Amino acid sequence: MLKNITIGQYFPGDSSIHKLDPRIKIISVILYIAALFFMDKFIYYIPAIILLTSTILVAKLPFKYIIKGLKPIFILIIITFLINTFMTPGEIAFEIGPITATKEGLRQASFMAIRLILLVLCTTVLTLTTSPILLTDGIEKLLNPFKRIGLPAHELAMMMTIALRFIPTLLEETDKIMKAQMARGADFESGNIIKRAKNLIPLLVPLFISAFRRADELAMAMEARCYRGGENRTRMRELELKRFDIVFLIIVLIYLILIILFRYFIN
Amino acid sequence: MSIEIRDLVHIYSEGTPFEKRALDGVNLKIEKGKFIGLIGHTGSGKSTLIQHINGLIKPNSGEILINGLNITKKEIKMREVRQKVGLVFQYPEHQLFEETVEKDISFGPMNLGLKEDIIKERVKDSMEKVGLDYLEYKDRSPFELSGGQKRRVAIAGVIAMNPEVLILDEPTAGLDPKGREDILGQIKILNDNNPDLTIILVSHSMEDIANLVDKIIVMNGGKVELYGTPREIFKNIELLERVGLAAPQVTYVMKALKNKYPDIDTEIYTVEQARDEILRVKRGQENA
Amino acid sequence: MNDHIIEIKDISFIYPSKDIDSDDYKALDNININIKRGEFVAILGHNGSGKSTLSKLMNGILLPTEGDILVNGMNTKSEEEIWDIRQTAGMVFQNPDNQLVATIVEEDIAFGPENQGIEPSEIRRRVDEALNIVDMYPYRKSAPHALSGGQKQRIAIAGILAMDPDCIILDEPTAMLDPSGRKEVMNTVKRLNLKEKKTIVHITHYMDEVVEADRIIILEKGRIIAEGKPKEIFSQVEKVRKIGLDVPQVTELAYELNKSGIDIDTKVLNIEELVNSL
Repeated sequence: MLKNITIGQYFPGDSSIHKLDPRIKIISVILYIAALFFMDKFIYYIPAIILLTSTILVAKLPFKYIIKGLKPIFILIIITFLINTFMTPGEIAFEIGPITATKEGLRQASFMAIRLILLVLCTTVLTLTTSPILLTDGIEKLLNPFKRIGLPAHELAMMMTIALRFIPTLLEETDKIMKAQMARGADFESGNIIKRAKNLIPLLVPLFISAFRRADELAMAMEARCYRGGENRTRMRELELKRFDIVFLIIVLIYLILIILFRYFIN
Repeated sequence: MSIEIRDLVHIYSEGTPFEKRALDGVNLKIEKGKFIGLIGHTGSGKSTLIQHINGLIKPNSGEILINGLNITKKEIKMREVRQKVGLVFQYPEHQLFEETVEKDISFGPMNLGLKEDIIKERVKDSMEKVGLDYLEYKDRSPFELSGGQKRRVAIAGVIAMNPEVLILDEPTAGLDPKGREDILGQIKILNDNNPDLTIILVSHSMEDIANLVDKIIVMNGGKVELYGTPREIFKNIELLERVGLAAPQVTYVMKALKNKYPDIDTEIYTVEQARDEILRVKRGQENA
Repeated sequence: MNDHIIEIKDISFIYPSKDIDSDDYKALDNININIKRGEFVAILGHNGSGKSTLSKLMNGILLPTEGDILVNGMNTKSEEEIWDIRQTAGMVFQNPDNQLVATIVEEDIAFGPENQGIEPSEIRRRVDEALNIVDMYPYRKSAPHALSGGQKQRIAIAGILAMDPDCIILDEPTAMLDPSGRKEVMNTVKRLNLKEKKTIVHITHYMDEVVEADRIIILEKGRIIAEGKPKEIFSQVEKVRKIGLDVPQVTELAYELNKSGIDIDTKVLNIEELVNSL
């Protein structure tokens, strides 16, 4: 179940999207999302979808894989859709018992759903085409200017890297401990909420103990490899802006500007 | 109690690019009370197999009968299976969670819904079986024990459920030679004192297994490659090597000696056997 | 230049007790060891013998309670030199999972040199070289959790190699591996010693791994109780057994035969030697 999460997973590749500077990718995603919130008509989604689709095509990402990334938020999309459909006042479209769906509601619901889907998809494309390590590099570099106001940019990035590194390990471990306790007759599936929470103790205690042990050993191993914080540290891969990075950013910027122009000035 | 496994197939992540046939038609019969060694390299399917016997995973096809009871059927109660089959995982000390040794060992019997006085008896009994003194250890925190002791507590936790089949997945992994010998010694005593208990010991070490078990199952590529007494198994050195395993070192010694002493018995797998056989051949030579 | 890469002089190490009732625990008691450049030293002992503590003292993760440890002439107590010491004597730990930091193999190997502040192009060169030495180049873009135990451990070794150490200390690197993983790691370690001329300090309780070492040191209750070439050590079957360690089956067989009155050299370590001496 936990294995199906595509968000945060890297899909290795050699495309020009994969090679884009992570900083550019992160900024582009932010700009793209910003643009989504300037849109007030369905027609705006056409350029949005074209831009995203072409990016996906250039990145050579299998669509199936991307759609899978929507699964975890599927319920969220449905709920938003339903709430919007039934809660927006207006002309009645159809009725189910006491609740009524309005035409405005349906329109609003579809509009929100598409926005949500695009929002998730563009972040999925970011994580699928950017190795976690580059992603954290990018975040670190983008946050660097805020160091002066006391933001621990390097430490945050390091924490993210370690978290990403250990998520699969801890998931595997959870599965193992769960099975071991089930072999001792533990039951994780039945009973009310309080009973279930109580039943989790035999899982959580060993998991925490193991996580602490791992943290301890990892800290020692890092120290043995001369880790002493971000000072004077170099990187194997220095981030360097290439021409394509600039071109890509300009395209996204133009897109955002056009959306804003159309929204406020041309209509 | 006998275990009968028929055409067992298990496929992980079926229908995805990561599809893997972990078990590919396993057929086995294990008689009651036998001590069985299960070997195979990593990925041969042995972990998947033992999890099936405990009902933790369900097969794609095939069935497992434990004393006639089909545990692969849908309507089977897992509690019933767990009562019959105890499974000790690799590094079992990682599953300890209670404040005291006694409470931790009681976890299994409690889940079986046993009465308090019976549970206490079981805890005492199982601690004795793994060689831990009840009065000395029952109130101690399992986390302050040594590695070998923690492992015994964890094993006791499964023995306390009084299973008719006890499966141990590499119970000596990560232990030093002394700890290894201690645990294997306890398992041997357990086997000797409980003629009805079927034990399945998963191991990587041929040397460990050769001395202990009645029969050995060799797994490879999700199938049972060989099944027989140690003597029968170690005859097939070439086959064992092909599946990434090896016979005990002394078996190789005997093979190498065959050139020098043509009538030497090469079906030998313990140091004691090798010593006696070499002495026999040597003395025979001197007398001739 | 000094002949000895590591000099351990009269060291003791005491773990202070956690509560008032129990005594302090003396993990190491008056140890003296000199390790030559290029030597392959194996340190044996069962759990609790102090061998792990000793390894952590050798690159300044722990500091001795008494005595001094010099790595390439630098005292591990010197705060200015500690990073040079760790670069000189790299350390590989037991659990392969808990020493890999990054989510991609090559990025993990780069971690050490990055911490040392090496030039990016030089890091790249070292990472590729280290990957080739441990024979893991095709896996450079993999995620650590997708690798087998033996492969993870080889990546950990590569991570240390990329720091360009003179000496590599391995603290039970094979304890959690299956036989094929152990073989992979041991072949790598032997290659590091023979081809890359690295000094190796290998800590283990597996006897078969140390048969080819230049020297074996056996620790028991924090003291050195035996030291010598593998043949000299293993032929003392009774003594080795008594402290809860194994001997290779061939050595044991030779010993048993000798005891039964057959004239045979008990200093044998492999099948060939045994067969020849019969």
